[in-house]
Amino acid sequence: MSFYDYYQGLKDLNWEELWAGITAGDVERALAREALTERDYLALLSPAARSFLEPMAQRARRLSIQHFGRVIVLYTPLYLSNYCVNRCLYCGLSASNQIARKTLTPEEIEAEGRAIAGTGLRHLLLLTGEARRHAPLGYLVEAVKLLRPYFSSLSIEVYPLETEEYRTLLREGVDGLTVYQEVYDEEVYAQVHPAGPKRDYRFRLEAPERACQAGMVSVNIGALLGLNDWRREAFVTGLHAAYLQDHYWATEVAVSFPRLRPHAGSSFVPTVEVTDADLVQMMLALRLYRPRLGITISTRERPELRDRLVMLGVTRLSAGSSTEVGGRTTADKGEAQFEVADRRTVAEIYQMVLRQGYQPVFKDWEPLAG
Amino acid sequence: MVVGGKTLRSRLILGTGKFPRDDILPAVIARAGIEVVTVALRRADFHASGDNLINYLPENIILMPNTSGARTADEAVHIARIARAAGCGDWVKVEVVADNKYLLPDNQETVRATEILAGEGFQVFPYMGPDLMTARRLVAAGAAAVMPLGAPIGSNRGLRTKELIRILIDEIDWPIIVDAGLGRPSEAAEAMEMGAAAVLVNTAIATAEDPAAMAEAFALAVKAGRQAHLAGLAPTRQVAVASSPLTGFLRQEEERA
Repeated sequence: MSFYDYYQGLKDLNWEELWAGITAGDVERALAREALTERDYLALLSPAARSFLEPMAQRARRLSIQHFGRVIVLYTPLYLSNYCVNRCLYCGLSASNQIARKTLTPEEIEAEGRAIAGTGLRHLLLLTGEARRHAPLGYLVEAVKLLRPYFSSLSIEVYPLETEEYRTLLREGVDGLTVYQEVYDEEVYAQVHPAGPKRDYRFRLEAPERACQAGMVSVNIGALLGLNDWRREAFVTGLHAAYLQDHYWATEVAVSFPRLRPHAGSSFVPTVEVTDADLVQMMLALRLYRPRLGITISTRERPELRDRLVMLGVTRLSAGSSTEVGGRTTADKGEAQFEVADRRTVAEIYQMVLRQGYQPVFKDWEPLAG
Repeated sequence: MVVGGKTLRSRLILGTGKFPRDDILPAVIARAGIEVVTVALRRADFHASGDNLINYLPENIILMPNTSGARTADEAVHIARIARAAGCGDWVKVEVVADNKYLLPDNQETVRATEILAGEGFQVFPYMGPDLMTARRLVAAGAAAVMPLGAPIGSNRGLRTKELIRILIDEIDWPIIVDAGLGRPSEAAEAMEMGAAAVLVNTAIATAEDPAAMAEAFALAVKAGRQAHLAGLAPTRQVAVASSPLTGFLRQEEERA
């Protein structure tokens, strides 16, 4: 039994009918409840809930402060390699794209690590495309060993691994996994992933569970917004997070809401528009449904919006991001996965969080390995 | 109060995890007369020169590093050792939480961690779900105090476990410090009236509009509750001694004999 089996019961729902059937009364009842059910979560994602964003925001803010304090953890991504054998229609790293490819050498990894640590950051997210030939497990282990002295938390956002491989990385000092399903709808998934190992929907969907079974400290999931009806994707994402929370109590579960960004080499246009209000509604509904879930917002979002989202229940923000391989220190850098929208420095993000009345935190983990 | 080998005047322990800025900590600590603060080792950065909460704590404060993030006894032991090696002293608040939904402690692993750390000379303050046998085992394992939760961390729900905490206070001849869940000063006063040795508060102070004022309110409530507890004992006995009409005849019988 995995979330895949659970999802089978959801995928054939008549979504149009579901959304249309939800009334303002359903939303009010959901808002009046202390602990929300799946049904309430659905109501808060519905079109009927759109006129309740303010009361939802008030409650989301209160719950977030109660559970996480006035605290925002800052982190940054480090792209180790942009080689990829997949041909995802929406991604700049797709094998179909003619872009400058690069895998960081050990010296370059350390130089990037030093540069990032110099900004004060202590939480790092390591990324690669899916190309085991260029970035095999051994390469990831080596990168982790090189970076450990500089950081207190190391997370990975790489191709899905086997349980034993997650265990290996945990032993070396990795504590977090980020893996986005991209799109939960299996048919859309097949359309936008025409070639490569990523076509295996189930292997990707169950990656967070394998990581939890391996003992991962934190797991961050999400759907790439713009590929399918956002309400439906947000609902399934929330249920996936809840499933992980209910089955793997020891793991901290977080959710991201990444919206598709422009990138090099492709004319892919998002099939669905996801507005700021949509994004806010998803975030608030999730916070009310499961108050202890982490919420991560990356530099995919614009500065003005990120500043506002801090108060609505975000728990982690990326800062000083570069989506290029070697983008901080090397001359011959590899091309970016997508365009960063918030280009402010770590120091600027730090000050912004303070101005919002929140404490920006660089360190929120103590390595347990070793 | 003597606990963990130290004499304390304040019975309010401050948690530091949820403040909007660490630079307000000195004012909060000063205004409430706080002597002990608990700091999550996961948040403490001994290498950072600037904005890290360790740098905002007064020199004479007693640090009680906590093992937040530990999911097993072994992880808690590992974190405690790092804290001591970093110069945090011998005190440690053991938190073993493998439940991320409610943040409820794992009593069994907590007993195991307490045993190991007390054996290594730590003054161990274990955070626990209020269960009498666990409390007894913690004392036997060498805990400096027992820290039952009043309600889940951050819930501000008050003394939900009151009946169980009352039993711990009555049955365990060792300091009982109520930790977690206290949302208002009146709830802290209630715990102290019941005979708790101290209380630990974080969320209710850190997330208040004016944390320093709220800290002082808690400090006053703790003092009032403690005084009420002490004051309450004597009069109860006096009344019982002064009149015992139901057994008065026994004394007359004794006198005749």
